[in-house]
Amino acid sequence: MSNTTITPDAVHAEHGHEDHGHGHHPFQAHHFDDTQQQYDAGKLGIWLFLVTEVLFFSGMFCAYALYRARNPEVFTFASQFLNANLGAFNTCVLLFSSLTMAWAVRCAQLRQRFGLVLNLAITIGCAALFLGVKAVEYTHKWDMHLLPAGYYIPQFTQTAHHAGVSPWLYRLCAIPAVMLVAFAVWFVMTKIKGEKRHSEIAGSMLFSAALFFVGVGVGVGFQNAEAAAHAAHDDGNHEASAHADDSGHASAEHAHAEDSHAHAAQGEHHESVADSYAMASTEPATGSSTATLVPGAPTLDMVDQPGGAGIFFSIYYCMTGVHAIHILAGMGVLTWLLVRATRNEFDEEYFGPVDYVGLYWHIVDLIWIYLFPLLYLIK
Amino acid sequence: MLASLYLVPPTRIEPKTSEKLSFNMSETATHAADSHHGFAHPMPVWQLLAVFFALIALTILTVAQSTWELGSSELVVSLIIATVKASLVILFFMHMIHDKPLNAILFLGSFIFVALFLGFTLMDAAAYRDSIEFKKVEVVTTAE
Repeated sequence: MSNTTITPDAVHAEHGHEDHGHGHHPFQAHHFDDTQQQYDAGKLGIWLFLVTEVLFFSGMFCAYALYRARNPEVFTFASQFLNANLGAFNTCVLLFSSLTMAWAVRCAQLRQRFGLVLNLAITIGCAALFLGVKAVEYTHKWDMHLLPAGYYIPQFTQTAHHAGVSPWLYRLCAIPAVMLVAFAVWFVMTKIKGEKRHSEIAGSMLFSAALFFVGVGVGVGFQNAEAAAHAAHDDGNHEASAHADDSGHASAEHAHAEDSHAHAAQGEHHESVADSYAMASTEPATGSSTATLVPGAPTLDMVDQPGGAGIFFSIYYCMTGVHAIHILAGMGVLTWLLVRATRNEFDEEYFGPVDYVGLYWHIVDLIWIYLFPLLYLIK
Repeated sequence: MLASLYLVPPTRIEPKTSEKLSFNMSETATHAADSHHGFAHPMPVWQLLAVFFALIALTILTVAQSTWELGSSELVVSLIIATVKASLVILFFMHMIHDKPLNAILFLGSFIFVALFLGFTLMDAAAYRDSIEFKKVEVVTTAE
């Protein structure tokens, strides 16, 4: 493979990198006997850091476990606001980024410079895609006033499942938009000047910024599809009470099933929730002063208490928000790796940094593998 | 002089053919399972892809499982599937299967502490009561 390397003179090629006469790998620090010892030491260090990361997230998982054990109806109520399709999409995106990250480690070990740079760029791009979807999810919830405890206002959830782009999304996308323009300008300039290495970096950054907006598009698309299905669903439910409305509900169900398979599943979800709570609710849905979003589902007065849905959203924002901060930090570190990779600094003796960042990235993916079913797939 | 080593990109040797490297074999006693690559274990592409597709399949299973009527065991089943996915990521993508046992012991040991954390907290929560109950005490007088 061709590399943009500085061709050393013959003496260096024979004796390795004797820049200062020690005869060892240039990236082997002096307190290590050899590169393998350096690698093993770094490995131990990063595994210890991952232990602290596991314990860090376990605090939030403990809050989740405790709260869900004691208030299962709150979780059932609040889970309808989380779009499982978006969650599944994000899971697949992160799994793919784990693949490219592991592949990048392989490329570093085999001195496949182009493969390394490409895989690192795709990993950063997938992270941006993930954050784009997250941005849509968050702003959609802010629109519906699904806020952490203390700010959560239940009566606004009546306007749930509306379509369209949230005004918050434009504000949130302002910084990524600026970055997109800046990277585009930088990329064009490097191409004009013929700076190949810089254009690789700029191109990767531009690619990632563009993928953020692809994620936003995917998120908006899924939200609109869900809103359209729910509009059809709600139309059939507004007139009669829950118990008498079975025929109307069924026809809305059919409209549901035609829209998409995913929403048929969601319709069944409402059905099963309705069945399980039909006995529990002592008053008909329409007669009660607290309206419900889905007939037969837990009524708002059941979940809207000091220990209610607001705390679910506190836990949701805390867990996914801290996870998103980890993704951002990972993107920063991966960018640093990308710059080093374009300088061709990694080989089969020195690939530790790629390996360690890979381990961190896989932990971030692992956390999401657990977050997805626990938050998005509650029945 | 040391600082200059890290500020200036060092000169790189050209990509090797299948010959051994000149500067490592004389000094290091590497535990090389693969002498071609030294101590590195490049993961085969087929393994990478196989693990990825297994993870995707398990994700589809996770989503499908959420639509099944499992009742109270739904949480346990979804956590089991998530743990299988996590094991695949840990063993293969994180190379734990080829790694030193100490790293595995450390990482898996952290879950023992997580279990202690959650276990004791949930055990304590199970003993919560909604209100303070006054315990009935029989007052024994020593009077005649």
